[in-house]
Amino acid sequence: MTLKEAQELLEAEVLCGNDDCLNRGVGICFACDLISEMLLYLKPHSLLITSLTNAHVIHAAQVMDVKAVLFVGGRRPDESVVKSAESNKIPLFTTQLLTFDCCGRLYEKGVRGNRQ
Amino acid sequence: MVDSLAYTPQITLEFKIGEKDFFVAGECASRVKKTLQQLGLRQDVIKRIAIIIYEAAMNVAIHATSGTLVVHVEPDAITIRTEDVGAGIEDIDLAMKEGYSTATYEIREMGFGAGMGLSNIKQCSDNLNIESKVGVGTTLNAKVLFRDQGRHEDT
Repeated sequence: MTLKEAQELLEAEVLCGNDDCLNRGVGICFACDLISEMLLYLKPHSLLITSLTNAHVIHAAQVMDVKAVLFVGGRRPDESVVKSAESNKIPLFTTQLLTFDCCGRLYEKGVRGNRQ
Repeated sequence: MVDSLAYTPQITLEFKIGEKDFFVAGECASRVKKTLQQLGLRQDVIKRIAIIIYEAAMNVAIHATSGTLVVHVEPDAITIRTEDVGAGIEDIDLAMKEGYSTATYEIREMGFGAGMGLSNIKQCSDNLNIESKVGVGTTLNAKVLFRDQGRHEDT
């Protein structure tokens, strides 16, 4: 599915990312709140789902070639974090949904985890 | 993609990391990754190097009072060296164990302190050497070879 379709499926708001970014496809997802696990498990071009909203998420996303980052539970990063994501061309979303629901909805639509 | 850099001059990148300089530590990994991409290295090699740098730099910021990170690009390998001043590591074998962490609550709230830093570094390195003296500091040397020498490559 495209990031745009994922955004609608997960009732998410776009924090940064233009139409060109949102048309990109995503087929793998990883949900995690530990930076070291992100570095260990993230496959390239994944959608990262997390509760962490600090600058390190963007660093990890850039290092691991993450396609987009979704913050759950209504969490929003600071403006400085959004700017960092923009300069690294990483779309950011936020949703009121929690991690389990996001993962479930994506899995139903064929998105898979990093080990599949 | 370039497999070795036989015709590229050697490059050294150096960063200073202060106590709790978490942002700088993360920036090191991003900046080196971008530099290596411009050099045309294989993506899987770049990722391993970036992970080593991120974890090693973060260890300095979290556990030391000051330190440096030096990345040295040679034709067939990249070496990553951190040298810090700080409490040092009492038991290196224990510190290498996954899940073992001495990180504070503040660090864990940021998403660090899972106790996987050194094991991540080891997994990504072809050679790793850590020396430490309690009350003085720690030196870490990691090497990533460009050519796969019997090591399973991740895709």
